Amino acid sequence: MQDVTTNAHTPNIVAFCCNWCSYAGADLAGSSRLSYPANVKIIRVPCSCRVNPMFVLKAFQRGADGVILCGCHPGDCHYVTGNYYTRRRMALLFSFLNYLGIEKERTRVEWVSAAEGARFSAVMNDFVKTVAALGENKRLTDLRCKEDPENA
Amino acid sequence: MQRIGVFICWCGSNIAATVDVEKVAEVIRSEPGVVYSANYQYMCSENGQQLIKNAIREHNLTAVVIGSCSPRMHEATFRKAAEAAGLNPYMVEIANIREHCSWIHKDREEATEKAVILVRTAIAKVNLDAPLQAGESPVVKRALVIGGGIAGIQAALDIAEAGFEVDIVEKNPTIGGRMAQLDKTFPTLDCSACILTPKMVDCAQNEKIDILSYSEVEEVKGFVGNFSVKIRKKARYVDETKCTGCKVCMEKCPSRKGLNEFNMNLNNRTAIYIPFAQAIPNVAVIDPEQCIKLKTGKCGICQKFCGVGAIDYTMKDEFIERQYGAIVVATGFRPIKLDNFNEYGYADNKDVITSLELERLMNAAGPTDGVLLRPSDGKHPKVITFIQCVGSRDTSGCGKPYCSKICCMYTAKHAMLIREKYPDTEVHVFYIDVRTPGKNYDEFYRRAVEQYGVDYIKGMVGKVYNENGTLMVQGSNLIDNTQVTIPSDLVVLATAIEPEPSVRRIATLLTASIDTNNFLTESHAKLRPVESPTAGVYLAGVCQGPKDIPETVSQASACAAKVIGLLVKDKLKTNPCIAHPDEMMCNGCSQCANVCAYGAITYVEKEFRLGGGKTEVRRVASVNPAVCQGCGACTVTCPSGAMDLSGFSSKQIMSEVEAICKM
Amino acid sequence: MTREEQKENILRLSGTDVRKCMKCGKCSGRCPAFAEMDIKPHQFVSLLAQGKVETLLASKAIWSCLSCMACVERCPRGVAPAAVVEAVRDTVVRMQNANGIRAEDIPPIVDELIPQQLLVSAYRKYNK
Repeated sequence: MQDVTTNAHTPNIVAFCCNWCSYAGADLAGSSRLSYPANVKIIRVPCSCRVNPMFVLKAFQRGADGVILCGCHPGDCHYVTGNYYTRRRMALLFSFLNYLGIEKERTRVEWVSAAEGARFSAVMNDFVKTVAALGENKRLTDLRCKEDPENA
Repeated sequence: MQRIGVFICWCGSNIAATVDVEKVAEVIRSEPGVVYSANYQYMCSENGQQLIKNAIREHNLTAVVIGSCSPRMHEATFRKAAEAAGLNPYMVEIANIREHCSWIHKDREEATEKAVILVRTAIAKVNLDAPLQAGESPVVKRALVIGGGIAGIQAALDIAEAGFEVDIVEKNPTIGGRMAQLDKTFPTLDCSACILTPKMVDCAQNEKIDILSYSEVEEVKGFVGNFSVKIRKKARYVDETKCTGCKVCMEKCPSRKGLNEFNMNLNNRTAIYIPFAQAIPNVAVIDPEQCIKLKTGKCGICQKFCGVGAIDYTMKDEFIERQYGAIVVATGFRPIKLDNFNEYGYADNKDVITSLELERLMNAAGPTDGVLLRPSDGKHPKVITFIQCVGSRDTSGCGKPYCSKICCMYTAKHAMLIREKYPDTEVHVFYIDVRTPGKNYDEFYRRAVEQYGVDYIKGMVGKVYNENGTLMVQGSNLIDNTQVTIPSDLVVLATAIEPEPSVRRIATLLTASIDTNNFLTESHAKLRPVESPTAGVYLAGVCQGPKDIPETVSQASACAAKVIGLLVKDKLKTNPCIAHPDEMMCNGCSQCANVCAYGAITYVEKEFRLGGGKTEVRRVASVNPAVCQGCGACTVTCPSGAMDLSGFSSKQIMSEVEAICKM
Repeated sequence: MTREEQKENILRLSGTDVRKCMKCGKCSGRCPAFAEMDIKPHQFVSLLAQGKVETLLASKAIWSCLSCMACVERCPRGVAPAAVVEAVRDTVVRMQNANGIRAEDIPPIVDELIPQQLLVSAYRKYNK
C-alpha cells in the first residue's frame, strides 16, 4: 500500500502459521518480546497443509505484498506428513506465481518450531525487509477491489 | 447474519499499555454484525467471564470475539464461559492481540491499528462459524511408559497404584536407568541402589505393571485415549520365563571381551550377561555382537550348562501390538561425547574420566569394588582435580548452550565422598559458577568446602597435559588473577548431559514437538510442564529438560496424576474441527484418502436422487470422525473442492485473508 | 575521540561481542604468555566491556600477546580475547603514527617500525 503523505512503502504481509509449531513459536516470540514489524498479520491454521493455494492467490489479489507459510520442521509435523504436502504444493505454486510476475521473494515457506521464538522473529524481520525492497505488489491486484482515491 | 459481541481484554497493562483498548472496542462497534462491544481489565477473570456471559444473554449474541492473549492460552476458558451462557462453544473466536501485537510492538498507534485489524479478522471468521458438536471416543484404560529409569518407574508405580494397567518399555535388558549406575545421591548421600532397587522390585511384583525390557517402540497410531502401539521385543536368545538368573552361563561363557556398558566400559563382561546383580528382570541376555555361537555357529556352552534350558539361539525379534489411553515419555539422558574437547585430554589419558565413570569407580558393585583406583595403573590417586561445565553453557558450537543443572551438586558430592573416604587425598574443583538452588543444596556445597576442605578454584581449565605420567591441569584462578598448574593423579570432567538420542525417533513417532537441543517441548513452560502439546502424551525426567532425581520423581508423579485423570474417564470429547465432504460435489476420486495420514477416509456407495424420480448410485468419501485429526490435508488435495474442514473452512480462511488485506 | 568513541572503535576493530563473556577464565587458563602479561586475556575482555580504554591503551601486554589464538579457540562463548588485544594494539599503533601511514611508505619501514606481533597477527587473520 502506498502511504500518500510520506510515499514510503510498508508492505502488507499475510502469514499462515500452523497451530502446533509456528503459531506457538510466534507466541513465544511475543512472550519473549522479540519484535517484528506490525504489518505481519498471522492466520492460524491447524497445519500448514491446510493452506490452499487459493488462499495465497486471494491474498495477492486483495493487495498483499508477501505471503509466508510457517510449519513444523520436516519430520516433526504434528499430523505426521502435513508439512511435506505443503512443501511440494508451495514449490509448484510459487514457481507458477513467479511465471505470472510475482517475484519468488514475495512468497516463502519456513519451518519454525514451538521453541523457536527468536527464529520466528528473525524470519519475519528478514521477510518484511525482502518484500519491502521489492516494493508494492501490483501484478495480481484486483483493480476492482481498490478504493477510488477520488471517493475515498 | 450473526449477532456478534466483541470483548477486548486489557490483560492488566500487558495489552492496554501498547494498545488503546477503548479505541479498539469503539472502532469495532460499528463493524457490520457487531451488536455489543466492551473492554475489561481481565477478561479471563471470574468477573470478565461473567461480563461475557451476561452480554450473551442480554444481547442474544450468536457469536463472540475476544481480543486477548493467544488462543493457545485461554480459548478453552472462553469457550467454556460461552457454553455456560447457552452459546455453542465453537462460536467463539480469539483475536490474539497480546503475543502477536501488544508484546512485540512499541508504537501505540501502530499496535492499536494492528489490533483493530486482528479483531476484524476474527469477526470475519466468526461470521462464518457454525455450531459444532464434539463427538465422543472411548478411553483405553491402560498406559504406556517409554523408558524404565527412575522417571518411568515412578510414573508406572503411581499409575498402577490407582488401579490402571501400565506397560514399561525399556530398550536395555533391565530397568533402572542412569540412577542404577550411581553410587550415592545428593544432598543426603543415600545409597542410590538402596533407594532405587526396592522400587524396581515393586515394579516387577506389581501385577498391574508389565515390564517389556530389551524392547523398543516401533510404531504409534491413534490419538489420545486410543493409541495403538507396535513394540519390538528384541531377540534376547534367553527365554525370560525359564531363566532363573543363576548366572552359571556367565561363569562358563568363553567370550569375555565385550565392554561392560553398565560400568561405562571400564571393564569387560561376558557375551551372555545380566547387567548388574539387582537387574529387573533378573534374566540373562546374549550380546549377538560378542557371542561366538551366534557369530560362528560353534560354541553353545551356555546352552549346555543352562539347567532350565532357557537358551535359544534361534530366537527372533518379536512384535506385539497393544492399545493405550495415555503415553508417558521418560527416555532420560546420556553424557555428551567429548570429541570436541581435546584440551582436556580425555581421549589420550586413561586417568581423565567423566563423572559417570567416577561414579562407577566409587560404586561397591563397580569394576574396582568401590575402592577408588585410577584406571591407568590401579593406584590410589592422591591429587584429584574436578573440572566443571565441560560442554555445558557452551555457545561456541562444541558443546551445549544450556546448563546441565546437576553437575555442581554431584561434583560437590564426589569431592566430599572422596575426602571422607580418603582424607589424605587432595581435591581441587575448577568452577565458573557454583549453582545450588534446591532444598539443602547450598548447605551441602558449603559443607564440602568448610567441613571437608575441598579446594574450589574460580576459573576454568585451559588444558590438561601428561608429563611423565602426571596430569598437569593448567587453568586460571580468577580471584587471585593467576594462572595455576595442578599436578594431578586423576582428572574428573563434569560432562554435560544431553537427551538420550533415541528420543528424536520417539518424538517423531508420537508427533510430539522437540526443541533444538532435542529436549521435548512441554505444553506450557509454567502451567503445563508435564504435558506434551500432543494430547495424551506426558513428559517425565530429563527428556524434557535437565533435572536431578528429586525433580525427576516429582515430574514423574505429576505425569502419573495427569494420566490417571485421563484414564478414569470413560469417554473423551473429540475435536469437532474435522473434515467433511460435500457429497454432491465429491466425484469419488480417492485423492483425499491417499493423503490422509490416519486412514480416516473411506468410500461408500450412496444412492442419490436425480430429477424425475430417477436415482443414481455414486461412490463418495466418508470421514470417520473418531479417527480424523483435522489437519486439512484432504481439503487442499480435493480437486473438486468437495472436502472442507469444520472450524477452519475454506470460506473462513478466505474471509480472514480478505479482512487482513482490506486496508 | 571520546572515550566512548574509542571503546566503540576498539569493539568494531575486534569484531567480537564482549557481552557474551561469562567470566569463566578459560582464555587465561590456556594462555601460554600469561606470565608475561600485565593485563590478562580475560581482563582485556572485561576492561573493554567496562569501557576502561585508558587502562587498555597503557597496557604492556599487547606486546607480549603471541597471537596464538588459543584463547579464541577455547572460549566456550565464542568471544575472541586475542582479537581485543589486536584491536587495542592497532589503536595504539595508529595513535603513534598520527592515525596511520601511507601505503607507499610501508615497504621501506616495515622491519623497523611495525611490531612483529602485528605482522604475525595480520598474517594469521587474513591468511584464512
